[in-house]
Amino acid sequence: MALEKVGLATYRTSGVFVLGTGAVVGPKEGHGPLGPHFDRVWEDERQGHKSFEQAEQALLAEAYDVALQKALARWSDIELVLGGDLLDQIVSTNFNARQHGRPLAGLFSACATFTEGLGLGALLIAGGGMNTVMVSASSHHQTAERQFRFPLELGYQRTPTAAWTSTAAGAVVLGSKSGPLAVEAVTLGRVVDIGAQDPNDMGSAMAPAAFDTIQQHLKDTGQKPGDFTKIFTGDLGHFGIRMLTAYAESKGLRFGSELDDCGRSLYDAESQDTHNGGSGPGCSASVFAGPLARRLASGEWERLLLVATGALFSPTTSQQGESIPSIAHAVSIRARRGEAQ
Amino acid sequence: MNQEQKAYQELTQRMMPRRPIFRNLLWAFFVGGMISEVGQGIEWFFMHHGHLTAKQAAAPTSVVLIAVGALLTGLGWYDRLVKRAGMGGALPITGFANAMVAPAMEYKTEGLLMGIGARLFTVAGPVLVYGMATAFIVGALRYLITGVA
Repeated sequence: MALEKVGLATYRTSGVFVLGTGAVVGPKEGHGPLGPHFDRVWEDERQGHKSFEQAEQALLAEAYDVALQKALARWSDIELVLGGDLLDQIVSTNFNARQHGRPLAGLFSACATFTEGLGLGALLIAGGGMNTVMVSASSHHQTAERQFRFPLELGYQRTPTAAWTSTAAGAVVLGSKSGPLAVEAVTLGRVVDIGAQDPNDMGSAMAPAAFDTIQQHLKDTGQKPGDFTKIFTGDLGHFGIRMLTAYAESKGLRFGSELDDCGRSLYDAESQDTHNGGSGPGCSASVFAGPLARRLASGEWERLLLVATGALFSPTTSQQGESIPSIAHAVSIRARRGEAQ
Repeated sequence: MNQEQKAYQELTQRMMPRRPIFRNLLWAFFVGGMISEVGQGIEWFFMHHGHLTAKQAAAPTSVVLIAVGALLTGLGWYDRLVKRAGMGGALPITGFANAMVAPAMEYKTEGLLMGIGARLFTVAGPVLVYGMATAFIVGALRYLITGVA
């Protein structure tokens, strides 16, 4: 275990491993192109629970269970839970702590919460303080709709840039015990406000924040985008990725085919009518914990830069005409296939 | 807004995917038109079979349309219609029914008082407030100008 600061804002972590991942998603996500790569797919959004809020908590609890099972760990091994969600007072994460009873540090970076947790967990372990940490993020389409938008049955037209909050939860057990994936480096992001005001277009609001963090990470570590097999942003979506590519190019950074986005990959835009693509903290969490981690573990991919992106507004600030501050946190992950584990 | 932000907003506007305005207009026209035609049919029904004048038939016609809008909302169909038809589905009185029933269904989990009671008008509230305010002003103007209440 060691922690080394490189450049201005990046920390190289050694001796930090992904021991187990759990990804549990709703039916729509299960029918998407990534469906077969999640650990569990719910048959309906409620799964017999009294409210959608309780359903989201149960979704997260299942992700925790799967991650622990795969890590061959028990709750008593977990020294700290780092996690968050979209709901007011991050209730999904906080209420789950009633059951697991482990120390909890609740986080909020909106949809960037997952890499905030993953990064912090890696720093804590690399710094020699902790051995095993649980990281999680979740979201639920119906709970987010009622908090940020309209009642479900209300008819209205979504704009082409509107995101679809995913029903998804992802959990990762990080530890100092050797595992198939290693966390290499962490860059926590700055808040970037490009003046965007449309809550139905978070992709373009968040793209400059994603650029800021990616550029900082590349500069600090002396790499270029092509050094990664894949760079996955969180939920910029179809439009946000185009904006990121154009904005980065105007700043002299050129992405290739390695750039992709969790939200864009989660649904089939044509048949699932999801417009800009998936969003929500659970989006990047489940896409990493399911499909991306599998590709790394199988040796198909070697190195991944995961950059979850968050739009840090509330319905109140939006109604008051404030712009949308955004943030992105980057975590670099390497597959250890073939290395002595 | 600084120069950087301004340039970015311009870039956003330039690259923004276009809304399918022509398709949306057609949908709005036909769905809104269909609802209006159905409403007209109901009004004629009340006029011919209930022997009401057009003015008298307006109230029961609205009641029937509201009931139909509420039923379709309850079945989960009305939001799918408006998703395509936009204002063609939201503007007729069936859309008003949708705006009242959707919150009633949604906030059931927070209880009768603070759920349904407090939040029933979250969507329709502005329409009622400004609709009534406008009606009051127009009515007052008419009274002042023509002397007819």
